Amino acid sequence: MGSGKTIELPVETAAHETGNVVPLLHEIRHALQRLVDSGETTVIDLRSLPMAPGEEARIEETLGKGEVEATLNALGPSKMHETSIPGVWWIVHCNEDEAVMGKFIEVARVPSILNAQTDDLQVGVGAMSELLSEKDD
Amino acid sequence: MKKDQTVGEALRQRGVSRRGFLKFCAATASMMALSPALVPKIARALENARRPSVIWLSFQECTGCLESITRSASPTIEDLIFNVISLDYQEVLQAASGTHAEEARKAAMQENHGKYLLVVDGSIPVGNPDYSTIAGISNLDMLKETAAGAAAIVSVGSCAAFGGIPHANPNPTGAVGVSEIITDKPIINVPGCPPIPAVITGVLAHYLTFGKIPELDHLGRPVAFYGQNIHDRCYRRPFYERGKFAETFDDEGARKGWCLYKLGCKGPITYNACAVTKWNDGVSFPIQSGHGCLGCSEPNFWDKGSFYRPISAGMWGTPEGLAAAAVAGAAIGVGSALAARSRQKKASEEEGA
Repeated sequence: MGSGKTIELPVETAAHETGNVVPLLHEIRHALQRLVDSGETTVIDLRSLPMAPGEEARIEETLGKGEVEATLNALGPSKMHETSIPGVWWIVHCNEDEAVMGKFIEVARVPSILNAQTDDLQVGVGAMSELLSEKDD
Repeated sequence: MKKDQTVGEALRQRGVSRRGFLKFCAATASMMALSPALVPKIARALENARRPSVIWLSFQECTGCLESITRSASPTIEDLIFNVISLDYQEVLQAASGTHAEEARKAAMQENHGKYLLVVDGSIPVGNPDYSTIAGISNLDMLKETAAGAAAIVSVGSCAAFGGIPHANPNPTGAVGVSEIITDKPIINVPGCPPIPAVITGVLAHYLTFGKIPELDHLGRPVAFYGQNIHDRCYRRPFYERGKFAETFDDEGARKGWCLYKLGCKGPITYNACAVTKWNDGVSFPIQSGHGCLGCSEPNFWDKGSFYRPISAGMWGTPEGLAAAAVAGAAIGVGSALAARSRQKKASEEEGA
């Protein structure tokens, strides 16, 4: 057995870029312009881009946080917030075990998944009618 | 659980709202390495897809591939089992055992003849088929019998794809992969030791969503996940280009996260999704954790020389030869990066069509 002395081994992580951060920011700017010009929305899958350790956090930090935060509870929690750039949303989908299922940047007036869905609206009308008929009894 | 329910019906029955379903589709698209723009198409396809029967056969394997898929977070194995597929036979996960298990397999094969998906992990010994038997039936016979009525076969893991560890020199059992035995069915190879969980489930999800095989490379691997060379997507590539290598596992270069080429990294000759998709839900992958790539998604990776000697050492034994090989490697690296970019462009052009 050893003497039990602890040896301090300094470990540094490589601090460099894959070079994907700036092109991604350009892509977001182009998407924003398209939104302004024609209303076209864009979704970018963050998991499709190779990132060096810490790069994704740097992108999130650069974009910052804006006025709106939302949580969707369906098949687990999904958290989204508008970044400091209006129209640029940061979306993280988690499953019921809070493991990340998807990370997206959506450039839109509002993330499409926040819209009430057509099928659910129909169900809602039925639910309201039932509620009201119970009140009548 | 009705077997001919659509996936959409199954999810709704489970109380999943439309938003939940769209979230499921978005995560599935991401997992299949498809553009988010295709989510509406995937939603339509999944809404109407019938839950197919899946029979999973395990042969000469270590169960690592099943361990991998059960760590899948998106979708979870539970999501897959209950909502998307009808997993009719799988020896580790099923409750039945003995004759009941075999009866379940035969029943599933009969009811779904021509339509079920056969998933295989583990290699098949053909040297002496009795080396590996289940319920007294050799792996070889079970494979042939079950493959006959399958719509397609997915070979999960390097053992089922290429023979894997059992196939390594001197291959005492005569182990081979599925495609060396079955030649009349579409086969998707999903190699890796094990494959990344999201890759396994991504391939299954693709087949189940679109009802057809994804685009495959010359080794039968889905291009979406195996079309990228580890070296081309490795975040340590700039160090390779600048000639900054770790020489031992605890030197300054290793601590600074420099390129692991000299410590035997097989990244340049390996195609897999590890550098992009990574492991444990994107936490890290071997190179990021300081160990060179083993090349586990390539055929014969166990017999390609030491994991710890650089690729070029196989050809050039002397230090001078090694130095020359490293320079040549950098030059070739630029070339392969350009080739990878043009492949990517082609893929994105096709997607836009």
